[in-house]
Amino acid sequence: MEPGAAATTDGGAAVAIRGLSHSFGELEVLAGLDLEAPAHTVLGLVGPSGCGKSTLLEILCGLREPSAGAVAVGAAEDAAGRLASCAFMPQRDLLLPWYSALDNAALALRNRGAGRAEARKQASELFGRFGLAGFERELPGRLSGGMRQRVAFLRTLVAGKPVLALDEPFAALDAITRAEMQEWLARALREDPRTAVLVSHDVEEVLYLCDRVAVLSARPGRVVTELKAPAPRAPDRLAAVTDPAFVHAREAALRALREGSR
Amino acid sequence: MSWARRLRRVVLPLLVLAALIGAWQVAAANGTIADAFSLEPFLVPSPAEVGKALWENRTLLWDNTWVTLREILIGLAAGAVAGVVLALPMRFSELFRDTFYPLAVAAQAIPVAAIGPILVVWFGFGIGPKIFLVGLFTFFPILVNTLDGLRSVDPEAVKMMRTLDGSRWAIFRRVEVPSALPPFFTGLKVAAAITPIVALIAELVGSTSGLGRQIITDNANLEVARMFAAVVILMVIGIVLFGLAALVERLVIRWR
Repeated sequence: MEPGAAATTDGGAAVAIRGLSHSFGELEVLAGLDLEAPAHTVLGLVGPSGCGKSTLLEILCGLREPSAGAVAVGAAEDAAGRLASCAFMPQRDLLLPWYSALDNAALALRNRGAGRAEARKQASELFGRFGLAGFERELPGRLSGGMRQRVAFLRTLVAGKPVLALDEPFAALDAITRAEMQEWLARALREDPRTAVLVSHDVEEVLYLCDRVAVLSARPGRVVTELKAPAPRAPDRLAAVTDPAFVHAREAALRALREGSR
Repeated sequence: MSWARRLRRVVLPLLVLAALIGAWQVAAANGTIADAFSLEPFLVPSPAEVGKALWENRTLLWDNTWVTLREILIGLAAGAVAGVVLALPMRFSELFRDTFYPLAVAAQAIPVAAIGPILVVWFGFGIGPKIFLVGLFTFFPILVNTLDGLRSVDPEAVKMMRTLDGSRWAIFRRVEVPSALPPFFTGLKVAAAITPIVALIAELVGSTSGLGRQIITDNANLEVARMFAAVVILMVIGIVLFGLAALVERLVIRWR
């Protein structure tokens, strides 16, 4: 994919999270997080179920204000500004079943008032490059799990936001499709680098796709340790994840996870 | 669904229906039913005699069918509009919902056979009270189902739309309205199927024309075959309306 192609912008904003805490009533879910993702890098968050990962993404995207602390996306620090700067890719693809793959991908453009023809034209330019050519008119119900996930990612990209928030994007897929999608996403991010925050409970997935990985503890979530990924988004995934440095990082992450779950 | 299965779903019920009608034909023609209930044979018409009554009285029956059909169609349309128009503010205002939803339930509990005579006293024997009653008893299933559909939208989908710069209006028209369409059609089908009953009762309690009026007249004159003819017509109206609603549903909801 050529940089600066249609319907995508140069993802330049950095993410900075300082002293972030959040509670739902009495229930404390996040306790004093400090995290950073420089522009064009991918930050991974891995942690046990219920550690507040999804809440963190909602706060990042401006869907919630935190109970305490500061979250900045580029220059935007308030919820409305963050909402305008982040595109959210949910766990389930949440494609709207009544729209074609193309119209789903073009949703953000339509929401901003673009005409149907114009929105379709812009979104369709990305279809071929994402291995979806020929499926523009299909309803989501007729697409495979992997293809649906690709359309959902495309929809997030077409939004043209500087920061992508990915909430366990491949959790619903079988292991083989998931590995394929990780390679696919790695290539997409190599060719069109974005700032992204990726939440997952799959240690291998975050270590492969992200530049840095924060291991979170059980609720209330706090950062147990931060790791630098050995070979982020390497073209040969299998070689990358079996490399001794990767295996070592994976072990360190798993130990931190176990420590944080106690 | 395979073609064999589709064919089976049409052919098997028709075979059972044909068998039942055939049995009735035999039992009515040889006097078994009349004997069993100690009735005069002319009070137990066979399907062939009902068919004959349908044909010979076609002008009279059509005139009365048209009256009843008009009540049903206008009443159903009014009920559908009222159901949808009430569902929208109930979706957006908790206050409105808390205030009017219980009243809608209460309206559903009004016995049609009891309020019918009151409406006749007030508004006479015209078409107005019938339309009102059909509307009153069709708006409820449409309201309940449409409201459920509007409210059952996945909150994650709403979050997704918000991060894609979706305004409240965009979320409503791109997510909530399409989500509410299948339940709306469920309500419409339920409503369509009950309309002949409501229209008939409304006519029975006070009317000058229509299939209900005709059944009362034929009852007095022991024209049993023509009473059956009216029953057959009402059934056909109910089935056809249901089928039409299902057809429109399939044309509109292409994603299922």
